[in-house]
This record gives sequence, C-alpha cells and structure tokens, in this order.
Amino acid sequence: MEEQRTKLYGLIAEFENAETLLDASRRAQEAGFVEIQAYTPFPIDGLSEFVNVRRKNWVPVIVLIGGIFGGLTGFLMQWYAAGVSYPINVGGRPLFSWPSFIPITFELTVLGGALFGAFGMLILNGLPRLFHPVFTMPQFRSATNDRFFLCVQSTDEKFDPLETRKFLEDLEPVEVAAVFES
Amino acid sequence: MQPVPKNSSQEQPVIIGKHTYAEVGDKIASVVLSPKSPLRWLLGFGVAFLFVMLLLFAVGKLLFVGIGIWGVNIPVGWGFAIANFVWWIGIGHAGTLISAILLLMNQHWRTSINRFAEAMTIFAVACAGLFPLLHMGRPYYFYWLLPYPNTMLLWPQFRSPLVWDVFAVMTYFTVSLVFWYIGLIPDLATMRDKAKGKFAWFSFGVLSLGWRGSAEHWHHYEKLYLLLAGLATPLVVSVHTVVSFDFAVAIVPGWHSTIFPPYFVAGAIFSGFAMVLSLAIPIRSAFGLQDFITLRHLDNMAKILLATGLIVTYSYLFELFFAFYSGNIFERYMEINRMIGNYSVMYWILILGNVVAPQLMWFKRFRTSVPVLFILSLVVNIGMWTERYVIVVTSLHRDYMPSAWGMYSGTWWDYATLAGTIGLFVALMFLFVRLLPAISMAEMRKAIAPADVKEAD
Repeated sequence: MEEQRTKLYGLIAEFENAETLLDASRRAQEAGFVEIQAYTPFPIDGLSEFVNVRRKNWVPVIVLIGGIFGGLTGFLMQWYAAGVSYPINVGGRPLFSWPSFIPITFELTVLGGALFGAFGMLILNGLPRLFHPVFTMPQFRSATNDRFFLCVQSTDEKFDPLETRKFLEDLEPVEVAAVFES
Repeated sequence: MQPVPKNSSQEQPVIIGKHTYAEVGDKIASVVLSPKSPLRWLLGFGVAFLFVMLLLFAVGKLLFVGIGIWGVNIPVGWGFAIANFVWWIGIGHAGTLISAILLLMNQHWRTSINRFAEAMTIFAVACAGLFPLLHMGRPYYFYWLLPYPNTMLLWPQFRSPLVWDVFAVMTYFTVSLVFWYIGLIPDLATMRDKAKGKFAWFSFGVLSLGWRGSAEHWHHYEKLYLLLAGLATPLVVSVHTVVSFDFAVAIVPGWHSTIFPPYFVAGAIFSGFAMVLSLAIPIRSAFGLQDFITLRHLDNMAKILLATGLIVTYSYLFELFFAFYSGNIFERYMEINRMIGNYSVMYWILILGNVVAPQLMWFKRFRTSVPVLFILSLVVNIGMWTERYVIVVTSLHRDYMPSAWGMYSGTWWDYATLAGTIGLFVALMFLFVRLLPAISMAEMRKAIAPADVKEAD
C-alpha cells in the first residue's frame, strides 16, 4: 500500500511526553542525523539545539530593519511635507521643526518593526503552507494537542528506510510511521 | 516557573488542580467546537445585538442628518464623542499591558487572561475609532487625514497632535491585531486538528496558515512574540500620551498641563483592568473556566487596579495643587468650577468611583470576593467615563472669556451611540469566545509542563 504512494518524505516517531522527545532528539543528533525535525504542541526549551533549526535566528534582524525602515520613512516624509513640498511660514518658525515629527516617527518605527517581524517570521517558517508531508500521518493531529513527534527526513545522508525505522523504534516511541510527499 | 510562595497556604494557585495537555485543550476548545450555543450565550448575544442595531440606527441618523443631532456646539465642540473615544482607547490599553508588559516581566499568571484581554483591546479600539470618524461631520473625507498624493497638492499638518493621534491609533490597532493573530496561530492549528466538521476544519486550517509546531516554527515564533511584546510596550504608552497631547497641547484651562501624559496612561490602565475584570468574571463562570482563571488572577488584577487607582488619585491631587500653587486664576477657577459648578455631580461621581471605591482593594477579603470585584469594576468603568466627560466638558464650557461660556449636555442620540458601542463591544466579545479559543492553549500547556522542559528563569 504505502509503496504505491509518492516519494517518501521521512519516518516519523510519536512520543508521549516532552522529556522522551528531548532525549530522542539528542540521541538522533548523536547518531549523526542532520535532517531531523521535532513537532511539539508547545515550545520546548533547548529542543532547537538538537534538530535541524538554523543556528542564526533572523527574526530580530528583520524586526530591526523594519523598525529603521518605518522610522526613516516617517521622519523623511514629514521633513519633505513640512519643509519642502508644502512649506508654511508661521511667524518665522522653523520649517524643519523636528521635535514635532517625533511622535509619528516613533509610531511608524513600531509599525514597521511589527509588520516586518510578523511577515518575516512567516516567511522564515515557510508559512502559509497548508499542506505538508507530516500531515499524511493520521496521528499527527495530536502534534498540536498532547503528543510529541520526531521526523527523520529521507533527504538525510544517513537515512535508510529499514535502519532508521529500527533506530526510531529503539527510542521508546508510541509508534513509528512513514510520511509521504503527496 | 512560578516560585513556590512561602505563605502557600494563603496564596491561591495560578492553575487549580492537575491537568494533562489533552485536558487543557479539550476544556478550552470545547467551548468553540460544541455545535450548539448555550442558551445563556444566545441570550447575551441577542441583547448585545439589539444594541448593535441601536448603534446602526444612531449612526445612520447621524450620517443622514449630520452632527447637529448631537449635543455638541460652540463652546463645547468636543462632547460625548471625544470622551467616549478616550474612554474606549483607555480600556484597550489593559489588554496590551497584560499581553506585553506582563510577558516581559515574566508574570506567568497572565497566560490565562491574555488572549481575551487582547481581543478586548482590538474591539475597544474599534469602538474608539468610530467616534473621531463620526465626530468629523463629514466622515467620508476621513482620508484627508492621511498623507496621500492628491490633486490639491496638500499634506496633513504633521505638527498637529490630532494628526499624531491618527497615526498612533491606527498603528495601535494594527500592531494589536498582528500580536493577537500571531498569538492565535498555534491555537488555530489545534482547533484545525480537533475540528469535527468540514467547515470548522477548513476555516481553522486556512487561518492557521499550515502551522505544524516544528521546533523551527517555535524557534522563530517565540523570538517574534517576545519582540512584539517589546514593541507593544512603548507603543501603548505612546498611544495614550498622544491622546493626552490632544488636550495638553491646547491652551484651554485644565488641559494645558504637563501631568497629562502619565496621568492619562495610568488612567487608561486603571479603566482597562476594570474592564478585564468585568469581562473575566462572567466568562469564567459561564464557561466553567474557574480552574484557569483563578482567584489568584482576580486578586492580582485587583492589586493593579489599586496601584493605578492611586496614581490617578495622585494626578487629581496634583491637578489641584498646580491650579492653586501656580497662581493662575483661570486654572484655579477651573478646579473650583469642577467641584461646585454646573457639572459638580459628575466630578464627585468620578472621585467616588476612581478614588474612594478602589480603596476597598487594600483588603484581601474584597480582592478575593468575586461579587465585590465585579461591582467595583463596573463602578470604576463608570468613574473613568465620568472623568473623561469632566475633562472634556468642564474645561470647554468655562474658558477664559465669560462671553464665550456655555452649557453642554448629551442628547438622546449621544446616549444611543454610547450604548450602541457598548453593545457592539459586548457582541464582538460574545462572538470571540464562541468562535476562537479564549485562553491560549499552547501557553497553558507550557504552564503545566514539567519544569525541566520549560525555560529556566
């Protein structure tokens, strides 16, 4: 049955609690697997060190760029509007009255940072992506509820359908299943 | 991780009893996924919906006839509309405070209440935004406030606090919405995976954007959530500061004061926490969530209510002090007029509601008594509305020149619009608790997880 479906994405093991998953992830890394990913219903501290997660977290950089972009846009827009495009002489007061431009500059800094950050996080996570091979395992539904999963992808150099399955079964999982790219 | 308090016999726990991950999800999700709406929900939503109809009626009449149907005129050009605007914006601020500031301060008890407090923020800001729009008289020209290329070759006046306000409120709404939605994504995925019906599965599936909860997802997600909290914290302070500039930059007696920004921010948090209590108390009993929204939460919120209430009291005292110490006869007259003038009833209601009533919160008996807290929260809400009314109206109706003095009172349409927005707010809250998980399931699971898989702090 399974062989008739499309390409194998990987093998996925289901665990009952976070501690077993942490332990399993550590052992998978020690065994030399690289293309491994863990799926959990809540964030688990330290898990990203064992599985395939980019070491550098780009989210703060993106937020910073967004904030600078927003702030500069706000400030330059006000300078251009009040100083260049539409100058009004009010009793000889300066046209470039920068202190009164600060509130909008600040608001647009926050807006830029928040929007860049939100979209940046989604892009870094490859979302929106409504279908993913791991969803082909029926029990994966509980990955957002009360179960913990570890997936070894078939793209890993050390991956072997039989050997890897044996390895995962040694990690005391509830179940090991194959997931497919269809 | 919450340290075990020394007086643990007295301290209420954050979460009552032992719950498994699945129980947390089931309990919170069942409110949304049960196919039948409880009768109480239908009744409550029905009543709120009648008020939404009232709002549509009042707004329809306003658009048809014009703002002449309101009580505003010269000299009091800012009546109910601006008082309501400030009141609603202030209510929204507690939501951001709970979700952002308490997160940064590692106050884990916030987990149970942050989701619906954020929803409250969004709905309150939506209600607030209606008022300046309607108050413009020609709402269809609202886009003149925005900088856009136009054939008149005009720009907004960026030195005006009213234009700052547009940017502040719009940014606040957008960032609150983003913060709320980002926080919802993992829970929407849970709902997708728990959904029985095709429609629920499809809707939650699309809204969750395909969230899988992989370590990489959480890695980026947690960092962003923390940064958004860091951005929202100064934002919430800036928004009410800018709102207070609407008054403080003017030279009207009683408005032109440097104490306004901190005074307004404290008042906003004060009224917002009162509203969170007014909402949390019915929600926890209606949906049986007493294990997650415990007396500990109510107690903590009551303490914040007391603290911000004292800051507000301090501001009132210093307004008085400035008025007399400055030697400015207009400021002094303004304060005397507030206390014994035409609107003195309003002033004493605000003193009673915002200064006297919160003093009950010094006592643990009252802080942990649900009925007392509920009534007090309503009293504070009324008190804070009255405060804004007093600030807006008493200063305008007696400014410098007696020849420019006048009187103001709201008309039936003013009251109908205010009641209508309360109805809109309540109706949106009813829809929210029925359609989306009102408590963050992912954060609750983390809260009950064993200590060694949580961050050590």
